[in-house]
Amino acid sequence: MATVISNERLAEGVYHLVVEGGNSGEMGQFYMLRAWGAYPLLSRPLSIHQVNDNGVEFLYHVVGEGTEILAGLNPGDLLELEGPFGTGFPQVEGKVALVGGGIGIAPLYYCAQKLPGSDIYLGFSREPFRTEAFRPLAAELTVDVGGLILDSVDFSVYDHIFVCGPHPMLKAAQLKGIAPEPAGKRPDVYLSLENRMACGIGACLVCSVSCKDGQRKACADGPVFLAEEVLFHD
Amino acid sequence: MINTTATIAGVSFKNPIVMASGTFGFGREYGRLYDVSLLGGISGKGLTLHAKAGNPGIRVYETPSGMLNSVGLENPGVEAFLAKELPYWETLDTARIVNLGGNTLADYVLGAELIQRDADARLLAGKPAVDMIELNISCPNVKEGGIAFGVKTPAAQEVVRAVRAATSLPLAVKLSPNAEDIAEMAVMCEAEGADAVSLINTISGMKIDVRRRRSVFNNLYAGLSGPAIKPVALRMVHQVSRRVTIPVIGMGGITSATDIIEFIMAGATVIQVGTYNFMNLRAGSTLVEELQQFMKEENISSLDEIRGIV
Repeated sequence: MATVISNERLAEGVYHLVVEGGNSGEMGQFYMLRAWGAYPLLSRPLSIHQVNDNGVEFLYHVVGEGTEILAGLNPGDLLELEGPFGTGFPQVEGKVALVGGGIGIAPLYYCAQKLPGSDIYLGFSREPFRTEAFRPLAAELTVDVGGLILDSVDFSVYDHIFVCGPHPMLKAAQLKGIAPEPAGKRPDVYLSLENRMACGIGACLVCSVSCKDGQRKACADGPVFLAEEVLFHD
Repeated sequence: MINTTATIAGVSFKNPIVMASGTFGFGREYGRLYDVSLLGGISGKGLTLHAKAGNPGIRVYETPSGMLNSVGLENPGVEAFLAKELPYWETLDTARIVNLGGNTLADYVLGAELIQRDADARLLAGKPAVDMIELNISCPNVKEGGIAFGVKTPAAQEVVRAVRAATSLPLAVKLSPNAEDIAEMAVMCEAEGADAVSLINTISGMKIDVRRRRSVFNNLYAGLSGPAIKPVALRMVHQVSRRVTIPVIGMGGITSATDIIEFIMAGATVIQVGTYNFMNLRAGSTLVEELQQFMKEENISSLDEIRGIV
């Protein structure tokens, strides 16, 4: 059990949840959250936004009944927390870019703390959020509203690029990562994928991801994959 | 002293709580959260002779008190299971059930033969690693095989007969609630030499995305499980247990000790827990504890006292 410390609304449908309990986890890992009884049936996977001394923080977007209930939580409320689960971003050396789109910025805040000196790119279709929290952690911070944030990223100057965002953005990052650059570096591009999950621990196989070497599990083998390994079917 | 044990075809279960196929992997993942050897048994992820990638698209969708799944039997295949997972199973102190599916009759038979051969080899080493085969003729999510065998009794009979001839391991047949007559199906299984029947598999269902004007599942239909199907499952277990003398393994929406007791009172020998594993990752250990507590409160010293009393 974990206790809600705060649950602040940051923008339309976007909340910052701070809980006491479960104060562990690596960059890009997630927890399964549950603040209800039998319905909705499944717990909700949320990536780690930050681990602090007393607990863990999440950034989430209200998309359905589960996140709707989460949005109604108040300080002092209890919730079940299982985790941390998954294989997250690797600890790397070299020049790093963190690229987030919308709620996809959530896991990148913890990356920014663990990888000081990274360049950070945050893209939003409408109202931006949490950008000022990122500013002191970034070598350079680029914020884009309404455009395509990936257009701002010169892949040839980085050793590693971590990307989290909507599906089309991940596909575009993969293409950009494998495109032959005229000069410069060929970065390792890592994508944090999102998928429906039931168990969150690798047993149910509902979150399968097609990869070059066969079916992988978003929850256990991922959610972070090397971009070149993932096969996007649509 | 509370006795929760049960026996099926010489296989002993320390308690009636068995984890259902498709919801528990091969136990490793949950084994990191609690000691899975405290369970009565584990029915592993449904296997087919050859590895299967499963279905594309959305694979799970929540419904009121239930969920639809369309995994489509993604699995590593029998041989990979025997090589990579069975050694882990050997370390467990719980009943180990291999759930076997198939695309064709030949697939079922070859799969059963491979498992039998491996079990024999390990028996020679003095350590049986498979206690039972659960024959899956009822998966609604694969186009070939699966439920095609499980709806009509004559088609099912052919599979059960062939697999029974291919293996001497204890054999349970997992039945579909979509069968034309599930009791008749169970009677056939007993006549063909099955040692138990397990029921129910998921109920074929559907969810439409009204904005996109299509089913959310690439396969159109999916399998409904969870508390929503419990009344149907309980009724079918009751019906079937009155028609056969072999043990019935009951399942469908079990989430509490009282649910377990209901299934035992309806006639089940042991039960399986499926979807509840997703609602509570520690479902197995929770239920083992709750069942002991409930039996103590109700002065039930053995499950034999209440089995089939309704």
